[in-house]
Amino acid sequence: MNAKNPATNPDAPMAAARRPLEGIRVLDLTWALAGPYCTLHLALLGAEVIKIESITSLDAMRRGDYALDGDLERSPTFNSVGLHKLGLRLNLKQSAAVALVKALAEISDVLVENFRPGVVQRLGLGYEELRRSNPTIVFASSSAFGSSGPLRRYPGYASVFSASGGLGHITGYEDGPPVEIRDSIDLRVGATLAYAILTALYHRRNTGTGQTIDLSSMEAIVALSGHTTLAHVLTGETARRRGNRDDAMAPHGVYRCRGEDAWISIAVATDREFRALCGAMGRPDLARDARFADAYRRLRHAEELDEAVDGWTRNHTPHAVMRLLQKSGVAAVPAFNSKELVYDMHLQARGAWRNVDHPRMGQRRVQGLSWRTVGAATQVSMPAPTLGQHNDFILREVLGVPTDEVHRLDAGGVFE
Amino acid sequence: MSSDPVAGVTPGPLDGIRVVEYGGDVSGPFCGRTLADLGADVVKVEPLDGDPARHHGPFPGDRPDGEHSGLYLFLNANKLGVTLDVTGACGRQVLKQLVAQADVFIDSYPSSSPTAPGLDYAALIDDNPGLIVTSLSPFGLTGPYRDYACYDINVSAAGGMSYGTGFPDREPLSLPLRQSSYLAGFAAALASAMALLARGETGKGQVVEVSETEVSAVLLNGYHLPTYIYKGVPGRRWGNRMSLGLFPNCVLPASDGHICIDTPQLEQYQRFLQLLGDQPWSENPRYRNRRAMTEEYPEESEALIAPWFRERTKADIFELCRQNRVPCVPVKTIDEVVNEPHLRQRGYWQERQQPGIGELTYPGPPYRFPRSPWRLARPAPRLGQHNGEVYCGRLGFSPGELTRLHQAGVV
Repeated sequence: MNAKNPATNPDAPMAAARRPLEGIRVLDLTWALAGPYCTLHLALLGAEVIKIESITSLDAMRRGDYALDGDLERSPTFNSVGLHKLGLRLNLKQSAAVALVKALAEISDVLVENFRPGVVQRLGLGYEELRRSNPTIVFASSSAFGSSGPLRRYPGYASVFSASGGLGHITGYEDGPPVEIRDSIDLRVGATLAYAILTALYHRRNTGTGQTIDLSSMEAIVALSGHTTLAHVLTGETARRRGNRDDAMAPHGVYRCRGEDAWISIAVATDREFRALCGAMGRPDLARDARFADAYRRLRHAEELDEAVDGWTRNHTPHAVMRLLQKSGVAAVPAFNSKELVYDMHLQARGAWRNVDHPRMGQRRVQGLSWRTVGAATQVSMPAPTLGQHNDFILREVLGVPTDEVHRLDAGGVFE
Repeated sequence: MSSDPVAGVTPGPLDGIRVVEYGGDVSGPFCGRTLADLGADVVKVEPLDGDPARHHGPFPGDRPDGEHSGLYLFLNANKLGVTLDVTGACGRQVLKQLVAQADVFIDSYPSSSPTAPGLDYAALIDDNPGLIVTSLSPFGLTGPYRDYACYDINVSAAGGMSYGTGFPDREPLSLPLRQSSYLAGFAAALASAMALLARGETGKGQVVEVSETEVSAVLLNGYHLPTYIYKGVPGRRWGNRMSLGLFPNCVLPASDGHICIDTPQLEQYQRFLQLLGDQPWSENPRYRNRRAMTEEYPEESEALIAPWFRERTKADIFELCRQNRVPCVPVKTIDEVVNEPHLRQRGYWQERQQPGIGELTYPGPPYRFPRSPWRLARPAPRLGQHNGEVYCGRLGFSPGELTRLHQAGVV
């Protein structure tokens, strides 16, 4: 570990148990969603994550409709993915700022960046440059298309790499155009990068060597649905949009319920589940119907089944259908919207929601990591940093820059 | 150790980590695969009739064959495979013996499943204090829904993914391609890597518990959850558009398919307008507010640019946009992804001989580490392929004992 300057962050909560990445310092040169979601994992696991940003190239999540009333210090999404990070405000267009980043990189364990390929090298912050003073650094780069190949400099955002990786084309109704998957695209790329970094740190601990990581968002999308291209190579068939239909199950859909925009997902695999569904619907005739006698025939008559199920669910609320069907072992769960998730009794019972006190937005619900560990719960107590919130701490305590030098740099616009 | 040849000589970061995977379909096996790709030694334990993924088509020549499922072959490459009936005391004992030698035990059969081993995790860790138990289930091991029946489509709905996917006037869509289960499996691999790092400090293993629906819910932190928590408005379905974006950010028809355009930066949009040529509408104040164009009158706005796309092919559009650095790409069909020149030039695809099938092209790594490479060392195991190697070679059973287990229907 590079704990050359083991300073204690003043805002850090008292942790009950040592967290897995305690003592690891991460220099975070990412912005928007994918990169910050990666470093969020590292921060919640106990790493000291230093996020570098500047008013001159503000994080996209602090701008536009992402910020409440256009106020850069009141961005919900920035807060969601910025928890437990330290904020260092530096204008990288100034060479003195780049020198400070270099000094930080020397005493960091991990650097994460999602500039377009070539930009960090131009800034003088490339791996070859940094490894001379810090040979064991883990240097992780994430981009739309990776650092090699003809598209390496082509810009792309979530919808672009989802479309490029084949997932976009498969998402949608059978009779409609491709539709967008909101939210999870960037975040799954961030989770992929976090896994790569954790295993690189594990490798470094065992061998003492650092390395680079090159992540292509498009390739992450392909790998996270890898059977689809393999099945194509195997059979020549090309997957297409199927709405909610399945290759093996029917009924298999999201059905309208009583209430505004209220829906329930139902899937039936076995004869037993089908009989239970028919019983709950009060339709024993369907259970006896030859058209629906086994899974194969149900699949061939999926449309008739959908009509029958829809005719029943629309008279009941999603929760009533869930309770009734789950009682007889049929998979039925509402399509929850974000409000229902926040109030969902299961997520509440599992402690999925924590509160942080944001200086400008007040007490807000946030989530931590998606998994649970016994006896080593990750605490979530620190909101995302305000712009430059931790400049003093990092410059003086971590880097040991003398006060008069800090003033001189400030006057020169290094901390813009 | 295995007698099969291993492709790379450089060790992966998880070399020497022994994993026992007891899981079917997508989530547990994808967790195992993700660990195996970086060097972990994964023994996949299947029920006697095999992983349900083996029944998932399409199949070559439309002939169902448990050894020829793309889903199974992808998710289980890099593993050794054994069969075991864990519903009886004898099989459960064998599973315990395997787990006693492991660093990580992946368990993704829900407790309600007839093939669940019903093992006491705490007792497993008592016997093997360094053991990490990675448990995957639709709703986790606690909470009121913990025993609810749940397939991938229900995970997508329960995790909030479906509600936001689709057109506002139509039904919500589950994420395709078993994405909810893939995402859960990947989160479980991430959690396992975390536990391995934590074990390095203390030597102690732990139970890591993954709720598949909660994995999806956490991934809604870009838009859906913040918009409710901070504005009191639940996120909604946006059809072929992205929420919170600036015009144009949508999917539109080309002459031979669809394209996807998203130009958040002003310079990108200006370059796009230049591409379109002289467009009088672009001077109209109504069409200078890119936010209103996408949120208040998107159909009207998209109609302004749709003809330009409709009269060109995806390839022509992409070439023009690439030259002019406008983020706009074809919405690729799966065969187009497989033939994508960029991926080919990056050496993404991995060709391997598949016994009984011939050469197969696998997707490559989602990340590249020069010093601790991702690897594709062996194809997915045939049903029970490594029974002898694992039961005799690792657990020390004699050939006679293995025969008796076989005759008793345990393996």
